[in-house]
This record gives sequence, structure tokens and C-alpha cells, in this order.
Amino acid sequence: MSDLTHSENGGHPPFSIRLENICKRFGPVQANRHVDLSVEKGTIHGIIGENGAGKSTLVSILYGFYQADSGTMMINGALATIRTSSDAIAAGIGMVHQHFMLVPNFTALENVILGYEAEVTLGPSLEVGRQKLEQLAADYGLDVPLDVPVGELAVGLQQRIEILKALYRGADILILDEPTGVLTPQETDQLFAILRTLRAQGVTILLITHKLREIMAITDNVSVMRQGEMVAHRKTAETNPAALAELMVGRSVLLQLDKAPAKAGETRLTVEGLSYHDATGAPRLRDVSFDVRAGEILGVAGVSGNGQSELLNILAGITAPQAGTVRVKDRLVSAEAPSNPAEMRDIGLAHVPEDRHAVGMVLPFQAAESAILGYEDDSALGTSFWLSPRRIAAQCRKLMAHFDVRPANPHLKSSLFSGGNQQKIVLAREISKSPDILLVGQPTRGVDIGAIEFIHKQLVELRDEGCAILLVSVELDEILSLSDRIMVMNNGEIVGTVDAEDADETQLGLMMAGIDERHAS
Amino acid sequence: MADLWLQFILTIDATLRVATPLILCAMAGIFSERAGIIDISLEGKMLMAAFAAASVAAVTGSPWAGLGVAILTSLALSLLHGFACITHKGNQVISGLAINILASGLTVTLGIAIFARGGQTPLLGKGERFGSLQLPFADWIGAHIPFIGPIYKEIISGHNILVWLAFAAVAITYYVVFKTSFGLRLRAVGEKPEAIDSAGISVSSMRFQAVLLAGLLTGIAGAYLSTAHGAGFIREMTAGKGYIALAAMIFGKWRPGPALLACLMFGFLDALAARLQGVSLPYIGEVSTDLILALPYIMTVVLLAGFIGTATPPKAIGVPYVKER
Repeated sequence: MSDLTHSENGGHPPFSIRLENICKRFGPVQANRHVDLSVEKGTIHGIIGENGAGKSTLVSILYGFYQADSGTMMINGALATIRTSSDAIAAGIGMVHQHFMLVPNFTALENVILGYEAEVTLGPSLEVGRQKLEQLAADYGLDVPLDVPVGELAVGLQQRIEILKALYRGADILILDEPTGVLTPQETDQLFAILRTLRAQGVTILLITHKLREIMAITDNVSVMRQGEMVAHRKTAETNPAALAELMVGRSVLLQLDKAPAKAGETRLTVEGLSYHDATGAPRLRDVSFDVRAGEILGVAGVSGNGQSELLNILAGITAPQAGTVRVKDRLVSAEAPSNPAEMRDIGLAHVPEDRHAVGMVLPFQAAESAILGYEDDSALGTSFWLSPRRIAAQCRKLMAHFDVRPANPHLKSSLFSGGNQQKIVLAREISKSPDILLVGQPTRGVDIGAIEFIHKQLVELRDEGCAILLVSVELDEILSLSDRIMVMNNGEIVGTVDAEDADETQLGLMMAGIDERHAS
Repeated sequence: MADLWLQFILTIDATLRVATPLILCAMAGIFSERAGIIDISLEGKMLMAAFAAASVAAVTGSPWAGLGVAILTSLALSLLHGFACITHKGNQVISGLAINILASGLTVTLGIAIFARGGQTPLLGKGERFGSLQLPFADWIGAHIPFIGPIYKEIISGHNILVWLAFAAVAITYYVVFKTSFGLRLRAVGEKPEAIDSAGISVSSMRFQAVLLAGLLTGIAGAYLSTAHGAGFIREMTAGKGYIALAAMIFGKWRPGPALLACLMFGFLDALAARLQGVSLPYIGEVSTDLILALPYIMTVVLLAGFIGTATPPKAIGVPYVKER
């Protein structure tokens, strides 16, 4: 039988997945065009591509969320028609989604058996599930607490439960969609160890990512997607990050940023003893103190949700501090003397928000309108009461030219620009007034590699002009390449601050998990 | 002393009768809302069902036929609710409101058209209603055993079958929601429908099953009002009971046991109000009838306004399920 499969494939090892000529169109957008993909059994196969390259669409088709307009799918050597997720599961495909599909107030056990209960009554179903899960946990070294609500577990554990769920349903092909986005470096290492164990047991793994480093670290083979097309298939051992980046973008890109040492000047932003509780009373910031000086970039590293967003909101004047003070140049902001974003803007503090769709721009507005939000009072835009659409468009055209926004059409709806171009519009708006202090949240989230390079250069240029920059990002690579000093947050606290020159990833990773080795030793 | 005891027991007895439709509706609400569908149309469904039950019982002479048609009517309205807010992802509150308005108008219009009695249905005779069932030896025990006797005679015995059914519904609801695999899926679809979808189960189908179960129970509640508790349909006879049941369900934090207790409390206030009418209390004097009648509604407002602590509803409640791109 295996000989037969071999000869059919022309001597190749058997394929778990073979896609041929897959096309999928959403309205005017061709998300996948003529995509071919062959994944060898028992290997880890990476698909890399920028946001919007069509990776997610492709795996959604594999998992039955969408149906391809045309093309054929072979799963484990048999022609497969996958119309729903249950078809995919029946064919042996399991999927770990980027956003976990777990019911937060159910236990791991309940989550895993959900939809695949052995009996009509719950008690015996749970018993059968527990036995099977304990067997799986032993086979694959995947230990998770079975009887705690999953919402109370760390993200890394929740992800393990997702993997167990797929295995429980009998998957021998596992798709992971951007699995490391929410993990600390240590959790990522643990995940990769699990994936290697799974591979050793014969599981085929399809890893979707936009991170070159992960492709190099774990995959056997890699396929590159660009603008809905499969542009290359490579053996990982025979390629390198620069070559892959070029394939992803379609031109050569600089992965390493060149920047001169910082010439830090006077202190522009001082935070002392800042604390904040959210509406439910949970502490979000605990006694946070630091300062940022002119001409330097202070990077704030941390897994998302550890107080960074609250910190940015307070510094930008959106929320008032509850305890502690913020000094922005000469203005002292505290619970008694709260500020607001307009005042902060006047003082010279600009803010590129983390969530550009919700806070940074108004998606149904024209690009030109989004490009003046917060600066409508600028006398260059009109006379007293009236705004001049012509001048607004002209100003936007100028920004678009300077920031290489494509398409350079000020009248296009903001939502129709790609993530990278939207971010450039927001950044252009905030930088164009030459602020003294700039707060930047997740500057390259959902932004393609080409635009990342451009945005990073802009930030460094601004620093060299003497701006004090506070950079919040969950991408450790970004923090490492841009920052002059790195401050690590965990659970609302500052774990420590290190000079970028002395920083290494392992140490930062531990700090992101709340462990400061320098203090421990 | 024995007289006061008897008064108390009679009040409890009345409590059970008044609480029955609340209990059935609260259980209906639990099925629907645990699956993520807000159901303020309990009121309208119950009203339509009450009208259907009384009409059919009056025409056929059989309360059982009335019950059957009441359930079918309520199920039809549930399907309408589901069609609007599951199939077409409409706003669940608006859909429920529409059903309530429809029921309020349609029952009166149909009532006048069919029976020409100003919106009422004909008074039902003894065989046309659900009669009370006397348990064995109820009279003898009630007369001969002090204290315990009256409890048996008045509280346990002498109810119609729908009262028993309401209490059975609580146990059944608990069992189905928390002890079966179906219940696990039902709770999951109200908390995180994506999890159900990615398990290859249809979110729509789960939610339709839930609203249909709700329809079944409200249908029984409606039939109880007009063919067991009352003897015919009176316009607007639900008088906000659907909303009170909803309040009891929230008060009980979407759990059958606590919701039952909340229903009994509302029922007790109602029964007390009826019993206190015209009675002169020591120190207070005669209690205002209007105030007493308003008591259950005042309690609803007060409780919902903050006395129940943080009631965490199912997370996906009120949100139509749309597949993410």
C-alpha cells in the first residue's frame, strides 16, 4: 500500500495535505489565487506571508469555515470535500485558532469533550473523556489541569488545551494559526518542544506565521504566500531569513535597523508612583515610576494585557490617574489635576494609539478626514468656523507623499487602506506637528514588512531630532531593535529596566514572566 | 394560634398557585438565555398561549386540547423569534418586543371577532378546565392531624396537574442544562458560540432548539393561566408575569434552583397582597390595597436595581453569531 502511494507521488514520501489550484474570492478581493500546497506526512510545514497575503483564508478553507471557489483537496491521499468544520475533523484535521475557541468558564475537560461527548448524559461522558485525555497527556507529554475553569489558566496552558482538543477529536494533521502571538519567549519554546514531540509521533503540523524566526527555528519545509498567491516552496535548511523576507515582500528588505547611539537630553516625561484599578477593582498598574528623556526611545516590553494599555491611556490624558503623578514637561497631572488628550496635544505630546481602528481613526471617514482628527483647529485647515475640504485634502496629499501612503488618494475611505498604510496615515498625522514627546502603541501590529521598515526608520529619525519616545510593543524583536532603554512590565508592575545594549531575549523573556534574575542572584 | 397557622398555610398554598406560571416562564428563560438568546417575548407568548388554550377549551370542551394548541401557538412564536434573531441576526430585544405587542393586540382582536365578549373568552365549566387533584386521605388527615395535617391537605394536595408540572420542570431543567451533553452544548453556545462552531456543530440549530424548549414551557404557562388558574381568557391577563419571571431568572443568576426560589418569593408577595386586602393590621391599620398590589413590581425594580449583586449573564447573550473572517 505504501509502495503504491510512493509510486503515485513519483517516489515522494506520502503527503498529508495536497491542495491544487485553490481559488477564493471575497467580493472584489481575490484572497487566494491558484494556490498549490503539498505537506509531507510527519513534518512541520510553515506557511509564511504578510498580513493579508491569504494565509488565514487558505487554512479557513482547509478547516471548512469557507469553501473554495475552485480547486481540489487531498487529505491523507484521499480526495476530500470539506464543507464544514465537522468534515475537516472527520478527515483528521485539527485547528488551533489564533483566538482560542475555549469556553472560559468551562473546565479543560468540558472544553475538550464539547461536541464529542461519548454519552447522552454528562457524567459518563466526562469520565470517558478523562480517561482518554490522561492517555493523550501521557503519550504527548501535554499536562494540563483538567478541572479548573480554563479562563483562570495561563495563555500557554490554554493553547495546550486547544492542542489536546484537536488530538482528542482524532486529528493527525494539526494547523496552528499564528500560535506565538500571545506567548512569552519561554512559552514559545515550550510550544515548540511540544510540536517536536507531536512530529516524532507522526503528527503532521501546518504552522501559519508571519515571523521568520519561527519558520527557521521549527519547520522542515516552508511555503511563502504573497498577495493571495503561493510564490515559493523551500526546504527550511536550504534557505535563510533574508531570502524569505524578499519572497514575502517581493523586494529586498533590511531586517536589521541601523541607528546611531542615542544622545539623550533633558527629561520630558516623569511618572511617579502611578497606580490604577479598573472598574472591577482589579489592579492594572502598581506603583509605576520611570522617566523618558529627549532624544531617546524607551521601549516597554511585556505580554499584552499587563498594564501597558492603561499606562498609555493615562499618559495620553484619556484616563485620569488614581494615585501617583505624571509630569509632562511642566504640567503635573494627577488625580486632583487630571488632563485630557487635547491639552496634552497642545503641550506637545502626540499619541499613536494601540488600536488604530477603534481609537486612531474613523474607518468610514475619508483618509483626509482621518488625517486631521484632533487637529481640526489648525488654522491652516480653514478659517475660524469653517473647515476647507480643499486644504484638508491638500495637506493629506502632502502627508501621503512624505509617508509613501498607497494609494495616495485623500478621498478614499480610511477602511479601504491596508493595515500598513492606515498606520502610516495615523503616524503621519501625529508626527507632522513635530511633537516633543511621542507615545506609540503597537506601531507595526497588522503591518506588512515593507511598511514596518519604513515606520521604524521614521521613529528613529524623530528620536534623532530630539523627540522623547515611549514605545509600547508586544513584539520583542521590535523593542530590541528600536529601543535605547527597555522597561519590562508584568502584572501592572515594572519588573526592571535594562539598557538595550545589555539586553538579551532570554533575560527579557524571564522578566516578562515576572522574574528578574538580576535581583534573584 | 391554630387559626393563624391555617392562614399562613393558605397563603403558602396561594403562593404555589400564583408562582406556577412564573416558574414555567423562568425555566423557559433559562433555556433561551443560556443559549445566548434574550427572551423578553415570554410575556407575549404566554398571553397568546393563554388565549389559544381558553378558546380551544371553550370550543372543544377539552382542557388537554387547549393545552396542546397553546403549546403549538407558543412554539410558532418561538420560531418567529428565532427566525428574526437567529436566522436574520436581528436585535433580540426588538424582536421580543414586537411579539409582545403583536400578542397584546391580536388576542383582543381575535377574541372580539370570535366570541364577541369584549376580548374575553366564554367562562369555562368544570370539565373544561384542569381541576385540582386531591391526594388520598387529604380531608381525613387535614381534619385529624394538627399542624402537619393542614400542610398535607392544603399545600401538598389539591393542586392541578400543571402546578406539579411546573415543579417537575425545575428538576428537569436542572438535569438537562447541567447533567447532559446537550446541556453542555447549550451553555457553550451562550458563552462562546465560536467553540461550538469550530467543533462542527451548528450554532443556529442549537439556538433554535433552545428557543423551542422555551416556547414549550411558556405554552404550558399560558394554558395554566386561562384553563387552570383562571376559567377563561381575560385581556392582558399575563399582566407583566413574563417580565417578572425574567427578573426572577436574573435574580436566580440563570440557575433553576435559585430562580425557583425567586419565583416563590414573588408569588408569596402576590399571595400576601391578596390576603391582606381589607385586613386591618395591628399598629399599621388597614393596608392600602394599591400599595400591596404594586408590591411585587416594586420588589422587581428594587432587586434588579442592585440588590442581587453582580449577576453575570452568559457572555454571548444578545449577540447574533456571525462567522469571523
